[in-house]
Order: sequence, then C-alpha cells, then structure tokens
Amino acid sequence: MNDATPAVEIRDLHKRFGHLEVLKGISLTARPGDVVAVIGGSGSGKSTMLRCINMLETPSAGDIAIHGETYAMRPTRDGGLEPADRRQLQRIRAQLGMVFQNFNLWPHRTVLGNVIEVPVQVLGISRDEAVARARQVLDRVGLAEKEDAYPAHMSGGQQQRCAIARVLAVEPLAMLFDEPTSALDPELVGEVLNVIRDLAAEKRTMILVTHEMSFARDVASHVVYLKDGRIEEQGPPEQIFGDPRSPHLQQFIRSIA
Amino acid sequence: MIEAIDFSLLALTSPGWGGALLAGFLRSVELAAGGYLLGIVIGLLGATAKLYGGRVLRDIAEIYTLLIRAVPELVLMLLFYYVGTDLLNQLMAAFGREGIDIDGLSAGILVIGLVQGGYATEVFRGAIRAVPPGQIEAAQAFGMSPFRVLRRVTLPAMAPHALPGMANLWMIATKDTALLAVIGFSELTLVTKQAAAATREYFLFFFAAGLLYLALTLISNLGLRWLERRARRGLPAAA
Repeated sequence: MNDATPAVEIRDLHKRFGHLEVLKGISLTARPGDVVAVIGGSGSGKSTMLRCINMLETPSAGDIAIHGETYAMRPTRDGGLEPADRRQLQRIRAQLGMVFQNFNLWPHRTVLGNVIEVPVQVLGISRDEAVARARQVLDRVGLAEKEDAYPAHMSGGQQQRCAIARVLAVEPLAMLFDEPTSALDPELVGEVLNVIRDLAAEKRTMILVTHEMSFARDVASHVVYLKDGRIEEQGPPEQIFGDPRSPHLQQFIRSIA
Repeated sequence: MIEAIDFSLLALTSPGWGGALLAGFLRSVELAAGGYLLGIVIGLLGATAKLYGGRVLRDIAEIYTLLIRAVPELVLMLLFYYVGTDLLNQLMAAFGREGIDIDGLSAGILVIGLVQGGYATEVFRGAIRAVPPGQIEAAQAFGMSPFRVLRRVTLPAMAPHALPGMANLWMIATKDTALLAVIGFSELTLVTKQAAAATREYFLFFFAAGLLYLALTLISNLGLRWLERRARRGLPAAA
C-alpha cells in the first residue's frame, strides 16, 4: 500500500429502504489527507452515505473499500447485502472513527473512560499507554481539566469535543463526521468547528457531512453536493461555492446564504 | 395478653427455638440469594435471546416467559420440584446411570431461579430497549465485537433502568422462599410453623418470623440503594 491508495473508496453505492431508494449510485474517493465535505438538503442521502462507509447502514449494492480493502459482502434474502466476514468488518471499523450528531458518548464512563475504551478494549493497547495517549488528545481538544467528568455534566460542545478525542485516540485512517454541530446550541458551534479546523489543517483524512457552508468552504479540499441520492456536482470549494454549475446547487447555495 | 408470652422460647439453645429459627432464616436467605442469582443469569440469557436471537431462540424465550408468568408460583414450584426431579432421574436411568439425589438447597435454588428468570427476562428486555441506540451504534462503529458491545456498553447502560425492577424481584425472591415450606424445605416459615405448633405460641413465633423477614428487607434496601447510586453514576440526578 502506498500513499496513492485511497483512504476511502465508494463505488456505485445504492441504498434502498423498502421501496424508497435513498442512494442511487454514488462513487466517491477520499485520498489520504483529503477533507471531503458532503453537502445537500435534508433527505439527500448524505448521512446514509456516510453511515455506509462503516457499515452502520448496509449498502443494497456497490462496493466500499477502506485503504484498499473491500468489505466482503453477501446477498441477503430481501435482495440487499450484508457483511460476510465479521472479523474483517470489525478490523476495518477499528480503523475508522465516527463523530455523531448526538455525540453518542457512553454515559456510564468518564471522559477519560470514554477515550481509552476503544484503544484498550478493541486495539489491545495497555491501559497505561492508552491513558497517556488519551491525556494528549484531551489536551488537544481542550478538555484536559475534564477527564474525570461524566458526559451528562458537560455542555454539548464539550461532549462533542470529547467524542472527537475518542476518535483521535484510535488514530483512524479516516474520520467520519455526521453533522457534528447540528445538535449544538449556536454559541457552542464555534468551539467544535475550531477543533475540526485544526485537525483538517494537519492533513487528516476526513469525510464531513455538514450544514455549515462557510466552514465547508474553509476547510474542505473537495466538496460533494448530493441531490436526491446522486452526486449532482463536485469539485474544489472555490468552484462549488463560487461558480456552481447545476441550477439545484445554485439554488441550494442561495437558500442557505 | 402480651405479659403471657414466654420470650424465653426464643432463646438460641434448647428448649428455646431461636437457634432453629435463625437456621431457617439463613436457609431462606441462601435460597433467595441463589435463586435470585440464577434468575439474573437466566434473565440475561432470555433478554438477549428475545432481542438478538434467531427465531428459534426467540420462540423458546417467549414460551418460557409466558408459562412462568401465567402459572401461579406455587404450582410452578410443585411442578418443578416433583416432576423436575422425576424427569431428571428418568433421564439418568435412560442413560444407564444411577438416579441422583438432588439436595434440597440446589433443588430449591433451581425452582426459585426458574421462576425469577421469567420475570428477570422481561425486566432486562425493557431496560436494554431503554438504552439509546446511538450508544450501541458508537461501540459497533469502533469495531467492538457483539459480545463486547453487550458487556462494555449495553449491560452497564441498561443497569440503571433494570435496577428498580430487579430490586422488586429480590424482595419477591425473599418471600417466595416461604412457598417452599409446602415442599418441606426447612426454611424460616416451615421452622416457624413447627415451633409454633410445638409450643402453641403462634403469635410469638410468627411475629418473630415477620420481624426477621422485615429485617432482611430493610438491610436489602440499604444495599439496593447503594447499587442504584452506583449504577446511576454519570446520569442526571432526576430522570
């Protein structure tokens, strides 16, 4: 594997929920260091696409490869696909980190407990080493003082920064952000975006589903506009936001400006 | 009337019945604790079978909880005890083994555990469903195996939801031991009955037994309160 191997590669991804086809053939590549921002209206399928990357949603058709390794899939009785190899699934998932809209921290564990959980339980790192690393990443997201706090006793912004620290602690090949600021009070959005901005500047591979257009324009190396389950337009941020071609995208950008 | 009661009958040594009463009480606690623990194990298995199992496992768990909760406990106990041991012995005989003599304590624990398991299954099932799915999803997204998700996330996260119901079940377990008197277990109720009958001091002995059950409940409450505080750590105070 060399640097040219895509961190995430999606080929002709389809997803159906019953008769509703949410994704209608999406192909997307994120190379190491890419920051891909995925934008689009609600119901455009952007979260579903992101959740297919770590198989929280299973594709109905299509291939997904993480750092060159394609998920082994097998057909299900209802005409969809499911992961065929649980060990492979767990191995690939452990190389990805997802930040959720609703944080999804484990409420019965402290901040430190949340951050060391995956390194210790999944990656098999010793507790001492995991704690040392956790303190570094907590320092990075500005939560060094909070390691003994429980999630419920923190603000939404702090919880989301803790969730980002939890992802950083596994040193993922790619970070997946699923609308990371949508559940936050407006005054807390900035602190989370600043952390993500710093990470983007470090050339970490990211796929970011977001409604924060000015942020996407700032940090993304590549912007993808989804409309009705298809990629309608993609390109560098200057082009997408400065010179959008498709009428839908023009209208979308006007509507949120 | 109170003056007429001879409290020396409660003395620990003969001719007092206090020692026998305490021994019966300890036997009751043993039965309750053993049955309760067995019930927890069965309940966890039953709840996971109902929530995550295939069709066969789900159906087995469904039939089990239906029967346990539909039939009176006393009938169940008589059934498990007489029919159960009979079946076991026939089974052993079929394999050419000697019939085994199940000791009273194990049989009693088994009987109480099977009953408790039916209710515990439902308590745990409800508690697991109360865990926000996002917490489980996060664990899966990080590559945890299904068993590890259960052990590290689902079970600890459902504990605060399960505790009130499980505290109830413990209280029921302590009192269900009294039903075993019918089968002839020398637990507190049977011993009390014997003492009362031998001395004709019904009020004294049943009152004493009632106090022992009450003491067990009060001590249990302390423990349960501590457990609930521990399980709810990190959760908002009111919920």
